[in-house]
Amino acid sequence: MGERCAVIGVGQTRYQTRRRDVSIAGLVREAALRALDDAGLTFGDIDAVVLGKAPDLFEGVMMPEAYLADALGAAGKPVTRVHTAGSVGGSTALVGASLIQSGVHERVLVVAFEKQSESNATWALSTHLPFTASLVVGAGGYFAPHIREYIRRSGAPDHIGTLVAVKDRRNALKNPYAHLRIPGITRELVEATPMLWEPIRYLETCPSSDGACAMVLAAEHKVTGTPAWVHGAAMRSEPIFRAGRDMVDPRGGRDCAADVYRQAGVTDPRREIDVAEVYVPFSWYEPMWLENLGFAGAGEGWKLTEAGATALDGDIPWNASGGVLSANPIGASGLIRFAEAAQQVRGLAGEHQVDGARRALGHAYGGGAQFFAMWMVGSDRP
Amino acid sequence: MPSDPSPDAAALVAEHVLEFPGGYTRTTGPVIGRFLTELRDRRIVGVRTASGRVLVPPLEYDPDTGEPVTGEFPEVGPAGTVQSWAWVSAPRPGHPLDRPFAWALVRLDGADTALVHAVDAGTVKAMRPGLRVRPRWRPDGERTGHVTDIACFVPEVTTMAAPVRAAYRVRPGRSLARFLEGVRDGVFLGGRCPECDKVYVPYRTSCPACGSVIEEEVTLPDTGTVTTFAINNLPDPRAPQVPFVSAYIMLDGADVPMIALLGDVPAHEVRQGMRVRAVWLPPEERTLSMTAVRWFAPTGEPDAEL
Repeated sequence: MGERCAVIGVGQTRYQTRRRDVSIAGLVREAALRALDDAGLTFGDIDAVVLGKAPDLFEGVMMPEAYLADALGAAGKPVTRVHTAGSVGGSTALVGASLIQSGVHERVLVVAFEKQSESNATWALSTHLPFTASLVVGAGGYFAPHIREYIRRSGAPDHIGTLVAVKDRRNALKNPYAHLRIPGITRELVEATPMLWEPIRYLETCPSSDGACAMVLAAEHKVTGTPAWVHGAAMRSEPIFRAGRDMVDPRGGRDCAADVYRQAGVTDPRREIDVAEVYVPFSWYEPMWLENLGFAGAGEGWKLTEAGATALDGDIPWNASGGVLSANPIGASGLIRFAEAAQQVRGLAGEHQVDGARRALGHAYGGGAQFFAMWMVGSDRP
Repeated sequence: MPSDPSPDAAALVAEHVLEFPGGYTRTTGPVIGRFLTELRDRRIVGVRTASGRVLVPPLEYDPDTGEPVTGEFPEVGPAGTVQSWAWVSAPRPGHPLDRPFAWALVRLDGADTALVHAVDAGTVKAMRPGLRVRPRWRPDGERTGHVTDIACFVPEVTTMAAPVRAAYRVRPGRSLARFLEGVRDGVFLGGRCPECDKVYVPYRTSCPACGSVIEEEVTLPDTGTVTTFAINNLPDPRAPQVPFVSAYIMLDGADVPMIALLGDVPAHEVRQGMRVRAVWLPPEERTLSMTAVRWFAPTGEPDAEL
């Protein structure tokens, strides 16, 4: 891995349907300045900036990194744009970390954002090129068949998805940045919402949010304050249509997790990890990723969810922040997972802090479950 | 007791206008006069009271205490904030605008009191407490020193339209063009990877798993098995009705599924493992397009093992 790397500053914006009060530049600056403030630094202390966001078609700003470079204090510094679909926030953190781990830079600002209210993500993801006859209607239309296959294979009862939808929204009530706030949410309320892409109900999907997240990463000799140390980091990808590809339990995800666990010396993730922030945009992806990431055996993930193991007071809380189900500025969502993992081991997660968290997993996936980015952060220097 | 008037007398009616010729003269006094003079020059001023408050529009006295105001006329605004409003959906002849508008209490920046004026917001949905507004002035030469020198207030600019339009000329690649030829002719063309021995459909010229060049073309049957599916409850122009089923269909002999519409079966009767066959348009209606396949429909065979 080379040089040690740590998170020394985290900044988030409030996530909501429309941030009409700020421009795109204002939005990313809000997160960046909060991260710098958390680290006790200014733009002048930063060596390089890494910016991530989902497809440019979402806002219709081509190459936003060019437009945003000076807004992020990057004049005269290296700026890198990352794009790996929904996992881009995670990949952005990892590209930033690699600049530290390789010894190239000492302090790197990583920022990711989405301003979904500038257009409509389903429109941007369903461009219907001539000659093809794609029948996919948005992300939900793409993922619903794989959820159905998970339910068939695992024999999971129907209500597991609603349990996750309720749990994550209850956690969100403890997170001041969360978008969806539904006090008193119950299974009955979730089950009363319409099926959009059966088996996915309305309240089993993530919202569409505006927001940005930023982190300051530092090399060991520049660490200040309360760091979250990077214990392991990896990315994987795989082609969307490969013969024999398992869409329920993608190999890219399994390989990525195995690499991170090996770096971090983790052999039993459920027991050795204290809290996980995992990209769950549709509620059923919690049990699916519990298995893909090795927290449960094949067909067993839903039993952890049902037993409450992943709740805030369970033995392995997943998405204490409320997760993607409670705020989804797409390009930033992966970075938020990584940042929330860091805040947990820094002991700075606030009301949704998991007591004594010392090791946390941050996870993101994107495209047709083709791109994976993960890191393990810890309170102890590795 | 007087007798009833005659019918002619009872029908007597006349219009009567009471209007002082030329209009009343209204002496402004020094304070209102200063306010109106500044308005004519496109400035808005208030007056400061002895207690330090800024009254807009100004008065000659502090309305709370009756004490005289100071001689200080601080400039305020021109922007301000809507405190409350009443929506006028049908403007009357004497109103400042001839389209629906709001009468609003606007507190100008730097003022401690609110001014009543019209807000041209377009729609009631645009009105809210806290809305930021600015004056729309009457043009130079038309301002006379009257509160209507401000024609109305309008919301500040918070969004703008950013039309983006990219026009492309798209040609299918060689592999997609070949596949569409097959579809026009009523067959599905796939390709077999020489290294992996896997059959990909639609036909493609390289293997996504190993990168090998695919040269062997394989003609696949139009039957297959539904591996999984979604019941879509959102309308889509490509689907005949809602709900519609989009299914992963593994054609017999293929190693990757195709995504296609299912038809001729109620959505909730579709099963994983269901055997299906393509329903083609009549040959004369087919083009080099996937629309040559209407959808896939159940064959009635027993379900396949998954």
